[in-house]
Amino acid sequence: MNRLACAACLLSTLAAWTPPHAAASSRVPAEKSNQIEIRNFMFTPKTLTVPVGAKVVWINRDEEPHTVVSANGQFAPSKALDSNDSYVATFGKPGTYVYYCTVHPFMTGTIVVK
Amino acid sequence: MTNQRDNENPDRRGFLKCMAWAGAGTLLMMKGGVLHARVLGLDAGTEAKDATFSFAQISDSHIGFHFAPNPDPASTLRGALAQVDALPVRPDFLLHTGDLTHLSRPDQFDTLAGLMQESRAGKGKAFYVPGEHDVIGDNGAEFFRRFGERQQPGGWYSFDHRGVHFVGLINVLALKAGGLGFLGNEQLAWLKKDLAPLSAETPVLVFAHMPMWALYPAWGWGTDDSVEAMGYLRRFGSVSVLNGHIHQIQQKVEGNITFYTARSTAYPQPAPGVGPAPGPLKTVVPDRLHSYLGIRSVRHVQGKDALAITEGVMA
Repeated sequence: MNRLACAACLLSTLAAWTPPHAAASSRVPAEKSNQIEIRNFMFTPKTLTVPVGAKVVWINRDEEPHTVVSANGQFAPSKALDSNDSYVATFGKPGTYVYYCTVHPFMTGTIVVK
Repeated sequence: MTNQRDNENPDRRGFLKCMAWAGAGTLLMMKGGVLHARVLGLDAGTEAKDATFSFAQISDSHIGFHFAPNPDPASTLRGALAQVDALPVRPDFLLHTGDLTHLSRPDQFDTLAGLMQESRAGKGKAFYVPGEHDVIGDNGAEFFRRFGERQQPGGWYSFDHRGVHFVGLINVLALKAGGLGFLGNEQLAWLKKDLAPLSAETPVLVFAHMPMWALYPAWGWGTDDSVEAMGYLRRFGSVSVLNGHIHQIQQKVEGNITFYTARSTAYPQPAPGVGPAPGPLKTVVPDRLHSYLGIRSVRHVQGKDALAITEGVMA
């Protein structure tokens, strides 16, 4: 009972938070442009410039698995991305982040955070 | 140096095309570093009888792949193993040159192991090296736990079999951004030491997943530091290098070293540079798929300084 009440409470809390969430989701179109497509063994765009705090989304459009791994461990590595799997990383600090696919290391890309 | 890559030698290309599409088996023999090809069923059979031993190679089974042109690579692996089991001369062992799985998942390794247990050859002695698809996320921990030989901490190993020295190399770990396959200094130092006591007359057979020569670097088909490894092998009279990775047959002769890439048991890939990228050749008509897949059997003929290599398609 208590647990249910608690869940209900949580739900209502979440509901109460809807307006700020909605505000956040209104920024989604801007975030969508921070998408990198993996197609034909290439990261496109190869270099992406984003503001500090930006979320970057990689989506694998190949039928081969790929990974997104920082060349010098600057951000958390993805797992193996199967077809249409995606991976998100948030870039909190300015800098240049070189990454590659560990399955096909000739595939490299760069995120520039300004 | 002779380069027998099939996109550079029209005769070779025509020959391989014919072989792939017509599904004809071919016996490839190496004599003094020069490759000779014979169509199976003609004069090849008599030479097979001279063999002191043979082994079979399978590669790139990609268990877990589920797209065109082969949504069921488990069944084609089963077919390949049945083909090995049906060889007229029972091979001493089986060699799998990597990419057992598509995504390194435990259930995919389970499926592979189960299929091997269904086959006489698979149940017998089998040697494995990992492909880059087998080491995703854990640097190969799961692969080595199940299929490793546990000779060296890095996973590489060697063994002698009836006078031939076999070396299994790992070139799919610690890959660098922008690079190709990689052996690393530790493995190269081990290789040098491993080969040192052997006489130059010892036939040597090296196997690894990725090509050990710059086959097509733009698609990652090569190994960054393979030249060092080949430097240690050059003094031997007969060196054969087997690999997988590119899902098609390509050969190259360099002095006494002959390089052979194997077909996949799962799906073909395009010829080097044909199309925008490597990856599954999706345009294969389903009923032609088997003619692109296959196994390889290798026979050693004592006193002939040669290994006879036979390509079998699954058509």
